[in-house]
Amino acid sequence: MEMPRPNSMILSRRAQIVAQLRAALPKGCVIDDPMETRAYECDALSAYRCAPLAVVLPRSTAEVAAALRICHALGVPVVPRGSGTSLAGGAMPSADCVVLGVARMNAVLDTDYDNRFIHVQSGRTNLSVSGAVEAQGFFYAPDPSSQLACAIAGNIAMNSGGAHCLKYGVTTNNLLGVTMVKMDGTVITLGGPWGNGFGLDLLGVVCGSEGQLGVVTEAWLRILPKPEGARPVLVAFNSSEVAGACVADIIRAGILPVAIEFMDRPCIRATEAFAHAGYPDCEALLIIEVEGSAAEIDEQLSRIRAIAARHDPIEFTEAADEAQAKRIWLGRKSAFGAMGQMGDYMCLDGTIPVSQLPFVLRRIGELSADYGLDVGNVFHAGDGNMHPLILYNANKDGDLAKCEALGAEILKLCVQVGGCLSGEHGIGLEKRDLMPVQFTPADLEAQMRVKDVFDPSWLLNPAKVFPLAASAARRGEAA
Amino acid sequence: MISPRSEGDLAEAVASAKTPLRPKGGGTRMIGDAQGEVLDVSGLSGVTLYEPAALTLVVQAGTPVSDINTLLAGERQRLGFEPPDLRALLGRDGVSTIGGVAAANASGPRGVQGGAARDAMLGVRFVDGRGAAISSGGRVMKNVTGYDLVKLMAGSYGSLGVLTEVSLKVQSIPEAEVTLVLDGHDVDAGLAALRRALGSPYDVSGAARAGGRSYIRIEGMEGSVAYRAERLRAQCDATLVEGAQSSAIWDGIRDVAPLHGRAGDIWRLSVLPTDAAGIVEAILAAHGGDMLRDAVYDLGGASVWLALPAGADDVVRTALNGRGAAIKLRGTGAAPFAPQSGAVTALSSALKAQFDPLGRFAQGII
Repeated sequence: MEMPRPNSMILSRRAQIVAQLRAALPKGCVIDDPMETRAYECDALSAYRCAPLAVVLPRSTAEVAAALRICHALGVPVVPRGSGTSLAGGAMPSADCVVLGVARMNAVLDTDYDNRFIHVQSGRTNLSVSGAVEAQGFFYAPDPSSQLACAIAGNIAMNSGGAHCLKYGVTTNNLLGVTMVKMDGTVITLGGPWGNGFGLDLLGVVCGSEGQLGVVTEAWLRILPKPEGARPVLVAFNSSEVAGACVADIIRAGILPVAIEFMDRPCIRATEAFAHAGYPDCEALLIIEVEGSAAEIDEQLSRIRAIAARHDPIEFTEAADEAQAKRIWLGRKSAFGAMGQMGDYMCLDGTIPVSQLPFVLRRIGELSADYGLDVGNVFHAGDGNMHPLILYNANKDGDLAKCEALGAEILKLCVQVGGCLSGEHGIGLEKRDLMPVQFTPADLEAQMRVKDVFDPSWLLNPAKVFPLAASAARRGEAA
Repeated sequence: MISPRSEGDLAEAVASAKTPLRPKGGGTRMIGDAQGEVLDVSGLSGVTLYEPAALTLVVQAGTPVSDINTLLAGERQRLGFEPPDLRALLGRDGVSTIGGVAAANASGPRGVQGGAARDAMLGVRFVDGRGAAISSGGRVMKNVTGYDLVKLMAGSYGSLGVLTEVSLKVQSIPEAEVTLVLDGHDVDAGLAALRRALGSPYDVSGAARAGGRSYIRIEGMEGSVAYRAERLRAQCDATLVEGAQSSAIWDGIRDVAPLHGRAGDIWRLSVLPTDAAGIVEAILAAHGGDMLRDAVYDLGGASVWLALPAGADDVVRTALNGRGAAIKLRGTGAAPFAPQSGAVTALSSALKAQFDPLGRFAQGII
């Protein structure tokens, strides 16, 4: 992956930059020891690594502003970081950048059950937001797989989704307002506990802007009352195509499960060997979860059972109790870990129209054979958000390049059938150079003009999202 | 008037324009007092794609909302965000178009459950002030590819560009709906009942208060609706209204029927539900207004429609005191989004300058 050449002027001023940051921030907030900065050399896209010039870990919005003012004045690029769980390289540093991590800012500032919101510092982890309101019977809906570790700051940057967003929407649908620091150190508030209000939806464009418009330090999030109960079923099929048709029929029938997850045979086998969830050995399985009271769940599941029956499933298992429900989810939740046991893998996340599912799965199978790399598919079927996992061997010469080429082919396929490059992980570094597959130069120009407004000097997370050639002039580099 | 028949025509018309333009769908919900030659988008009409099994609809911006409703109803589907018909409220005529709905982020009572128009908008195509055709988002449910210009266009009232196509997530029409009608509460108790319902696990899809009554809507499968309605009735004394009678109540809330035909300015506030009554009282007290006659509360109190005498801008701003937002949907004077922070106004103006550097569209809104 090509990165801009580090700015030697900045590298040569390293001592001055670190000294100014130290002078402005409390003790222990600035890290420049190479042994320690190495901990920040990559995120969850670990194939790419580069230690930053320094790391700052502020504890308040004011300290974030102080750090950004200095970097802005000295022309130093800043890479914001939540928990570093980005699968797209969104928090990947460059050698001449300061990593600004918000992990120490994890306080709950306010909870208001009457108005149904929580106000948190952005370094707080996704799951601990729900944890803070659980006792009162509430939860925060977006649930990315990394929710134990990932920070709200990263969720906002990537507009994260999760398994349950079929019913509850993704981050942008549950975000009411933010406090954000622009690259020049200006602190602004967009929206508030009452939501974005009227006028241009700046909050909407900040959400999903991959840390390129500002550093979000606080957020007001919508919390929802927990449903009375939830129950998953596991439905197994002899063909991916039939499983896909079953998903379409369920949605068409007006039933809205909170989740419809799909796994194909390679993924099921890997998962069974790893997690022993008791999945049948079949071509495709669906995990469908519905919510409500016991009677409401029964009613929905009886309809789903009737629809599934028309597609001759080889198994239809309804969770009889909590333990069985956990087992049904166990395999799905350990799918990535299971694939990881088989070797290195790259996780894609293109979205396709659900009607294209059978065609796309067949085509991925053909591409996998062409490239000689195994691909397992596990994804959110209800909304067409695919997660093909390409297995490769990082220690084998040329395997990573081959894997990336196959990944690019699959993502192009997603766009060709009417979908997109990324459903919930973001573009980051990983898919930056594929953006022209989905967008015209005019489309990309319009997006870059938004960055021009928020960060005219293009110092925030500069080498991400846009193809390097497209952003070169703005980043002050010859194209 | 310029009446393009295609996105290409429209882009060319914008690129060659020498004076300001007024993009117009059906003209039923325009705000501000923008001047300029009318750019009529109603010629860009028709369905590009409708996949009921994927809950996806892609339509040209000038397509009448009524056509879309008919098409969707044929498949037992609908626009979940309930775009209001504001003609009677604002005293307009014309045919509401989906582009106008998107540009106004026009959304109804179901916002408490599924969000606003912006949340159902999967993608847009638009022509910016330079005459460039731009696409953002797409037609799939989950999409984080590039910046979300879809949100930026939703509610921008044509100030950044002219929408030419909109992709939407649609939803199935549920089998049943009921409304709990709560009578005899004062405004504080009536709004508190709405908040309690919204804090319950019973998946409320409407929570409004008008004319001294509070209304709570439940939708879904027959058995489920009956169950949830009973559970909610156990926590508040309410009568049940079903089917068409229930729908009629929500059509009235959606279109703000209690304020139809009123003179003066029409405002919509966005506030914290627990602040709503106090803010409304402060605003109405300044004009000798009447709570029952002049205010309609929706979204559990988070949204308030007000009929006010002209020139209430300062009163509204003072009463909000930074705790909420307001839009003036009809009226003259200061900008329709007046009570915004300086930083937000500056960023909005800078965005406007980027997308519409020559000031072709909707001057005076941002």
